[in-house]
Amino acid sequence: MIELHHLRKGFAGGRKAPPVQALDDFSLNVPRACLYGLLGPNGSGKTTALRILCTLLAPDSGVVRVAGCDALADPRGVRRLLGYVAQEVAIDKILTGRELLRLQGNLYHLSGAQIEERLAELISLLAMEDWIDRRCGTYSGGMRRRLDLAAGLLHRPAVLVLDEPTVGLDIESRNAIWQVLRLLRDDGVTILLSSHYLEEVDALADRLAIVEAGRVIAEGSPASLKQSLGGDRVTLRVREFSDGVEAERVRELLGDCQGVRQVVVNRAQGYSLNLVVEDEGVVAGIRETLAREALPVFALALSRPSLDDVYLQATGRTLMDAELAVVGQRDPKLERKRQMR
Amino acid sequence: MTSASPSLNTLPADTPPSSALGEILQETLALTGRLFVQLRRRPSTLIAGVLQPLIWLLLFGALFANAPSGFLPGGESYGRFFGAGVIVFTAFSAALNAGLPVMFDREFGFLNRLLVAPLRSRSSIVFASVLYISSLSLIQSLAIIGAAALLGYGWPGFAGLLVVVLTLGLLVFAVTALSLGLAFALPGHIEMIAAIFVVNLPLLFASTALAPLSFMPSWLAWLAAVNPLTFAIEPIRALYSGQLPLSEVVLQAPYGSLTGYACLWILFALALTLFLLVRPLLDRKLQ
Repeated sequence: MIELHHLRKGFAGGRKAPPVQALDDFSLNVPRACLYGLLGPNGSGKTTALRILCTLLAPDSGVVRVAGCDALADPRGVRRLLGYVAQEVAIDKILTGRELLRLQGNLYHLSGAQIEERLAELISLLAMEDWIDRRCGTYSGGMRRRLDLAAGLLHRPAVLVLDEPTVGLDIESRNAIWQVLRLLRDDGVTILLSSHYLEEVDALADRLAIVEAGRVIAEGSPASLKQSLGGDRVTLRVREFSDGVEAERVRELLGDCQGVRQVVVNRAQGYSLNLVVEDEGVVAGIRETLAREALPVFALALSRPSLDDVYLQATGRTLMDAELAVVGQRDPKLERKRQMR
Repeated sequence: MTSASPSLNTLPADTPPSSALGEILQETLALTGRLFVQLRRRPSTLIAGVLQPLIWLLLFGALFANAPSGFLPGGESYGRFFGAGVIVFTAFSAALNAGLPVMFDREFGFLNRLLVAPLRSRSSIVFASVLYISSLSLIQSLAIIGAAALLGYGWPGFAGLLVVVLTLGLLVFAVTALSLGLAFALPGHIEMIAAIFVVNLPLLFASTALAPLSFMPSWLAWLAAVNPLTFAIEPIRALYSGQLPLSEVVLQAPYGSLTGYACLWILFALALTLFLLVRPLLDRKLQ
């Protein structure tokens, strides 16, 4: 339904910022009626890809197609098919929510009757009754996001594109949006959303792509990606507060255990140990080994591989580390300027 | 949040095919409507736009009431002389601000919302601004024309009023084009406001709004004689002194004499030139 082939997009640098290759051979294929997640840290190129898909930005090279319609040759055709919910919600503070939605309806050339019918449906679906006739300037973040979602859905788009739809939202608003997205997907709408929240993509997406430095480096369903890693994860703490020497001793000790593939000391979490094991049967062996050496067990948890493990495997670092690496490197002013016409 | 609704979402809207003109009209009217809702809820620009020229009219009228005789050709009262200048200044200022809402939309991302929509023609965004600002500046100018009449500074008659409106319309169109061009060329609203600030008053003082050309040093007279405001002020001044048609000379410029009609033609040419100059920029930015 959505095809992005070999997209490249570079931005010229600013006075202090170097030029950026935002997309570097970015390819993506989203099937019909699929809820698809783009997972990656801030600055990995997700927003640029979505802006190109929504015809707000032209790629330097590459192909963009939505339901067979070429976005570069027929941008208007693609705009008709798409609903776009941007990352930073731009609303007119002086208009009421209802007035903004009516304006949106007219820009999509719906008739007056269609607009009113659709408004009634969406107000009820997104529970906006209490505040839709108040001015947008008074809305909370969650209300704005719901209004923007309604604006994106007004013309019944076949494809809904959302850029970081739940950033900064309270849990209630987030769950509300998740619920609507699932309903839409069940109704046959193709949904592409970007996120840097692992749990969001894990909970919502039928399929996902991991984006790093402007390209897709892994793709599949959350379950299949996790399965492909193989093994289970064990997090072990021998004491509540251990030290480096003891952790290192335990690491050596358990490294020789049968069924243990890898042991890493996690200094950031009080010298706990992260193990990759073949299956849950290995845990008994670990306990035995520790008992033999008279080592206590403060906590031992077994889990399946998480999306963070998938991310780690694909990129060599955790998503949190990737986020931290770009903090302070980005120039919001320059980025806003790039988004301006 | 509610449970699933049967008509939640399925396919793209199956709207009946409508004509291109109908769609452009729908877009333009919706966008213009938005600007008028903003105006209704925040009328301060409208009020300030009338109040400022009104204060000028009162203050300058009083200040120069006792100007030496012979200062003005024909010995007319200063208030009557200055009235035409203030009317033109009102329309000019309003039009110069036309680009500001567009600049705010550009800066704060609302323009992107418009550009994601399948507009039949993105010129609708420009049409809406032109429609809004023409109406606004006309309303403000008419308020000043009414106020000037009440203050005893004259009335052009109804036929004259139509020509006044035509003259203002040409000036407003030209300046709106310039302002929209600035709104897309400048990086932000601070720069836009600075540009408006720099252009606004100097253009007024370097025109025949406050004093006739004969009163100015020759370099200033030259400046005033090529200032677009002068080409609007002089025909309106002539209309106020009961001159219609405008086939008589209204401006004794250093480079020659111009009739009222010549002034209107110059304004028309200016509007057309600015429109043609700004259009490629708008096309590129709205591509």
